[in-house]
Amino acid sequence: MPTIYIDGQAYEVEEGKNLLEACLNLGLDLPYFCWHPSMGSIGSCRQCAMVQYQNEEDTRGRIVMGCMTPVTDGARLSLNGESASEFRESIIESLMLNHPHDCPVCAEGGECHLQDMTVMVGHRDRNYRGNKNTHRNQYLGPLINHEMNRCISCYRCVRFYRDYAGGTDLAALASHDHVYFGRHQDGVLQSEFAGNLAEVCPTGVFTDKPLLNDYSRKWDLQSAPSVCVGCAVGCNTSPGERYGRLKRIQNRYNQQVNGYFLCDRGRFGGDFVNSESRLNFSGIKQADGSYQAVKADDALSQVASLCQQGTVAAIGSPRASVEANYLLRRLAGNQLFSTGMNDSEQALVQQVFNTLSTTRATSPSLHQIESADAVLILGEDVSNTAPRLALALRQAARNKALALAADMRLEPWMDAAIRNLAQDQNSPVFIVGVNDSRLADIAEASISLAPDDIARLGFAVAGEIIGAPIGGLGDELSVMAGTIASALKEAKNPLIVSGTSLMNSAIIHASAAVAEALAEDKSTMLSLSVPECNSLGVAMLDGGEGMGFDALTESAKRGEIDTLIVLENDLYRRAPVEVVDQFLGNIKQLVVLDALDNATLSASQIALPVATFAESEGTLVSSEGRAQRYYPVFVAEDDRLPSWLWLSELGQVLDLSGFDQLQHFDQVVQACAQDIPALSDITAAAPDHQFRNRGLKIPRQSVRYSGRTAMVANVSVHEPKQPVDEETPLSFSMEGLNVGQPSSLMSSSWSPGWNSNQSIQKFQDEAGGSIKGGSSGVRLIAPGQGVCLGVGSISAPKTIMSSDTESLLVPIYRVFGSDELSCKASAINELSGDAQFILHPNDANSLQVADGDGVTTIVGDTEVSLEVLIDASIASGCVGITVGMLGTQSLVVGSAVSLQKANDWQRCKSQLIATDNPNTPNCGVQSGVSYV
Amino acid sequence: MEITQTEKVLTRNIGPDLLPTDMVAYEANGGYRALHKAMSGMSPNDCLEEIKASNLRGRGGAGFPTGMKWSFVPMGEKCSPGHKYLVCNADEMEPGTFKDRLLMECDPHQLIEGMILAAYTIQADRSYIFIRGEYLVAIERLEQALADCYQKGYLGENILGSGYNLEMHVHTSAGRYICGEETALINALEGKRANPRAKPPFPQVSGLWGRPTIVNNVETLCNISHIIDKGPEWFQSLGLGEDSGTKMYGASGYVKNPGCWELPIGTPVREILEEHAGGMAEGRKLKGFLPGGGSTDFLVEEHLDLPMDYGSIGAAGSRMGTGTMIVLDDKTCPVGMVLNLLQFFAHESCGFCTPCREGLPWTRQVLEDIEAGRGCKEDLETLAHQVKFIGAIGNTHCALAPGAMEPLQSALKYFGDDFERHIEQGCCPYAADMKAQEISAEGERN
Repeated sequence: MPTIYIDGQAYEVEEGKNLLEACLNLGLDLPYFCWHPSMGSIGSCRQCAMVQYQNEEDTRGRIVMGCMTPVTDGARLSLNGESASEFRESIIESLMLNHPHDCPVCAEGGECHLQDMTVMVGHRDRNYRGNKNTHRNQYLGPLINHEMNRCISCYRCVRFYRDYAGGTDLAALASHDHVYFGRHQDGVLQSEFAGNLAEVCPTGVFTDKPLLNDYSRKWDLQSAPSVCVGCAVGCNTSPGERYGRLKRIQNRYNQQVNGYFLCDRGRFGGDFVNSESRLNFSGIKQADGSYQAVKADDALSQVASLCQQGTVAAIGSPRASVEANYLLRRLAGNQLFSTGMNDSEQALVQQVFNTLSTTRATSPSLHQIESADAVLILGEDVSNTAPRLALALRQAARNKALALAADMRLEPWMDAAIRNLAQDQNSPVFIVGVNDSRLADIAEASISLAPDDIARLGFAVAGEIIGAPIGGLGDELSVMAGTIASALKEAKNPLIVSGTSLMNSAIIHASAAVAEALAEDKSTMLSLSVPECNSLGVAMLDGGEGMGFDALTESAKRGEIDTLIVLENDLYRRAPVEVVDQFLGNIKQLVVLDALDNATLSASQIALPVATFAESEGTLVSSEGRAQRYYPVFVAEDDRLPSWLWLSELGQVLDLSGFDQLQHFDQVVQACAQDIPALSDITAAAPDHQFRNRGLKIPRQSVRYSGRTAMVANVSVHEPKQPVDEETPLSFSMEGLNVGQPSSLMSSSWSPGWNSNQSIQKFQDEAGGSIKGGSSGVRLIAPGQGVCLGVGSISAPKTIMSSDTESLLVPIYRVFGSDELSCKASAINELSGDAQFILHPNDANSLQVADGDGVTTIVGDTEVSLEVLIDASIASGCVGITVGMLGTQSLVVGSAVSLQKANDWQRCKSQLIATDNPNTPNCGVQSGVSYV
Repeated sequence: MEITQTEKVLTRNIGPDLLPTDMVAYEANGGYRALHKAMSGMSPNDCLEEIKASNLRGRGGAGFPTGMKWSFVPMGEKCSPGHKYLVCNADEMEPGTFKDRLLMECDPHQLIEGMILAAYTIQADRSYIFIRGEYLVAIERLEQALADCYQKGYLGENILGSGYNLEMHVHTSAGRYICGEETALINALEGKRANPRAKPPFPQVSGLWGRPTIVNNVETLCNISHIIDKGPEWFQSLGLGEDSGTKMYGASGYVKNPGCWELPIGTPVREILEEHAGGMAEGRKLKGFLPGGGSTDFLVEEHLDLPMDYGSIGAAGSRMGTGTMIVLDDKTCPVGMVLNLLQFFAHESCGFCTPCREGLPWTRQVLEDIEAGRGCKEDLETLAHQVKFIGAIGNTHCALAPGAMEPLQSALKYFGDDFERHIEQGCCPYAADMKAQEISAEGERN
């Protein structure tokens, strides 16, 4: 390890780092702006200046940029010497020439890296006498607010947006001191990672717009470690609450999973917690269909008496915690429990679990995915189903560039140099889907095929790898299979990405075959996406023992089920309306536990209000197989209880065996771990409630949390006692120690002098490394002994050929719109649009329809009319349907549909009531915050 | 004083009475002789050795030895497969500089021949002339000359039967001073923002499109064919001092004969000013001069006997730069002159790094205040601070801002009392003279 001398003191530092990283890793405070641990160095802000001396005799030295200078053995440096300090102060002074003095009204105030760095360098007095430059701000959509006057031109926004995330509609415009970071025109930012701008921007140019519209300072937010429920990736989040409202969700650093970045569904989708359609109290349905609010105890005894009257079946949920599902399963018995997925989904998720447990390939974390040097994506549109994974794949594509750079002895952090060197050369990424994905720009080839053909191509690739080619594919695809196979074979760390989203078992089978074929002689990764935040967890819990959804409906038909308890699940999203109607009609009593109103809840006799992820604790198993714990950010209002607690109490009221030992959350976790071998490690997902950090709990509130004595003074001038958290190691107060704990217990990151999210480096073992106190979550699935390949014997499924009149209905996912809960967040809802049929131009021509026209199909007795979107990339013979969106429930993907032009169709245009988009014509009301 | 007799090399086809050369005229005067020579028997390494031995230094301003620059380009098996590029920097935007324009407009083939030879030496297969967009005449003549070269087989595939292939294109700049910085030029050529790149890696190994690239100034490249043709010893013998060859010198400002001359490198400043430029204009006295464009330090009367070469001017605290002097006379306000330059440089900052983007406009604003009589004593401290803060290479991302500080720091040194008089009097002491100047200029125009 090289030794460097900083202000006369010798330090051993890691080779290959730059001076800025070395200083930060040593715990020294060296201010910076443009450098980012995930994005490397460009040397634009000049803030991290140090003085480097040539030798011991050299007393003058010269200014070098810490972020641009590699550590060299014996280097002599000054960090705190006069000329280095003066230079850094001059940089801040320069940045302040045009920066407005608007901290008190700036949304970034209190967590502003620019504030921190200004204080750090000690700049105070203003010498500049001129005017400040001013800019026009842009409307950038409902997620991000733009305030260009605050810009210090660090170029981080465009480097993240364009270079890191592949966006194209945000750019550095103009030059000299008029540099402008924005779009060519006002408009919604097109990248699903735009929300990260709020965290990447070191000051208040790009800020979280929903937070701005319902604002609290960072120091006034109560936060807890949480896990995103937007998809199955399991990104770690840090939601913040005040006055009983979830104000915002920020990234919670986890080196293995999400690193520094979230997708916008995750960041802004959590706002459903504040929804108007939240349930506050238990309700019992009256004769007129309305609900009578009752006390929680009364509701419980009502449910208990129903349970005692006959057979009880239960439907769990892939969006509820492992613990809640576990208790429900115990209540109803293994055989009368359904995971809440429909049979085809259940089978696919089970297949994913079986595949991951048997294949020799690793189920990779996102961090491992970033190390892949060749990628095959087989039938999973990850940009829409697992967006953060798509961002990781984008980084994997850069491994070619990093390899070229290593040949030239460029360090990986020399970002600009590496991008200039490699230009658009990427590691091979092959994308096979039903239409082009947003990753197409990094792909060596994007191939659109019908789902069964995707599987066939997959099998053909596997066949090529093991040297047993499969015929009957056609010349073009056979060549492609060969190309893909040789790229994967040449790679050191090949990665196969697939998943359940096309509802096609053969695709998962094919991806496993490819991974197995590769795993024969190299470390191979197989990443399989599943639909929801706990799909895998509930499938592992069930283990195939439970009753499938279809069996349950049959059983109900036979009148065998008296009471059905549904946990956090809208069954109308699982099966066609008629099927669910009939099913529920055959049930005598329906009890539903959910947080938000939905059609299933409205059909219940008894509704129990539950706490959301933000108000309860639980464990989720991500698609990687990683069990992660989330914690209540705040105490749920009114009678909203965590689902697990409702079920625990119900079990006690019913006096079921063992439920006296299931009163505490940790007891439930332990019982689950004991009962379910596949979940035996979930106790290790996070420390139990007895964990203390040097004898203290972990505070949810910051050391500067203000107004505690006055927050409810409008109700009572007596300050209420802070809630006591018996279930977790976290406290609902500012007392405790927020230093050095495991990352699963990091409620928010703050360190003296580092008020912004950049403070995370004080918790890491090195910049961009893992959290000192230990990483978050535990992996439940280890690679297996290998699956029996039998590629030759696998008969790839035949394609359903489209006829002139019928097309194959394939699911198309939307990052905003396909997910149930995030659409209840108003900002996400604004972006999600209406359901659409996606047609190939040829099909559109023969139907004589254009974009925005309507087409109709008839499913059983139902006529479904939706808007047309023409997409030249969709596989021929297929028609896409935006799944999960209103109006699509009756359509069965994988079926053949016949479409007709809907002549009298009119788009159900949503009525625009208010917007802060200045360009919207005829908008009556202007809302939102704007500064002059 | 005896006027140095000059062998005309770069301007042998150029003069007030001569027409611009076409292919016929150029070849008639020995043109493309060097190309034929190189293509029939000289290896790329032979050419490189000739250029190294000639001691040719870059004429764009920095004076880096050309042969050494070329020698950094990976050759043969050391180079990964792919293109290599030669780029001519013809984005001549240095204030007071107009030498490259003359060379390109009047003798375009001389540049092209030099470029073919340079490209051959580094085995580049693509070359670009990145030319200032306003140079419409030069663009037209270069494009004609390129077409003639393709016709003749001097460009394209298998040049003169040597098996060597080269494409050459003219690319017109959208117009930024910073495009004169070679890495910013490369970014602009790639269609990106014209921000300079961090070095290392140097363009010689990772330049245009990430491939080995040499960027040379027009005048540098114009010398190549003559060195190949007549040899390095001849070239060395042309210089008067340490440096080799001839140099395009120029003078602008209140001199009798503003213009551009080819003279042996190392010709004394006094000779250029007094003989070739004809001395100061009527009623004017020399106050100082910027030896090589707007981004060089002022020198004053005591420096007049220095030879104009890289070493001597550098030792006096300035730079030879482009070798085209801007002369300051006693009736022109030095603060106004520096302000004028700072307005230019502040506008031409690419906006990438903080000291340049923010520091230059601040400096401009202070100078505006002083020139307008609004200055105060503290302003001089601010200026001194800015010179120190922005002025050192390494403090900024590229050399633009340090270059911009050169006229200011030397003006503060030599004409400090002028700054003080502005502040004390609350107005520009030269205002009356300048006004008279304007009136007489107007009179002349009418």
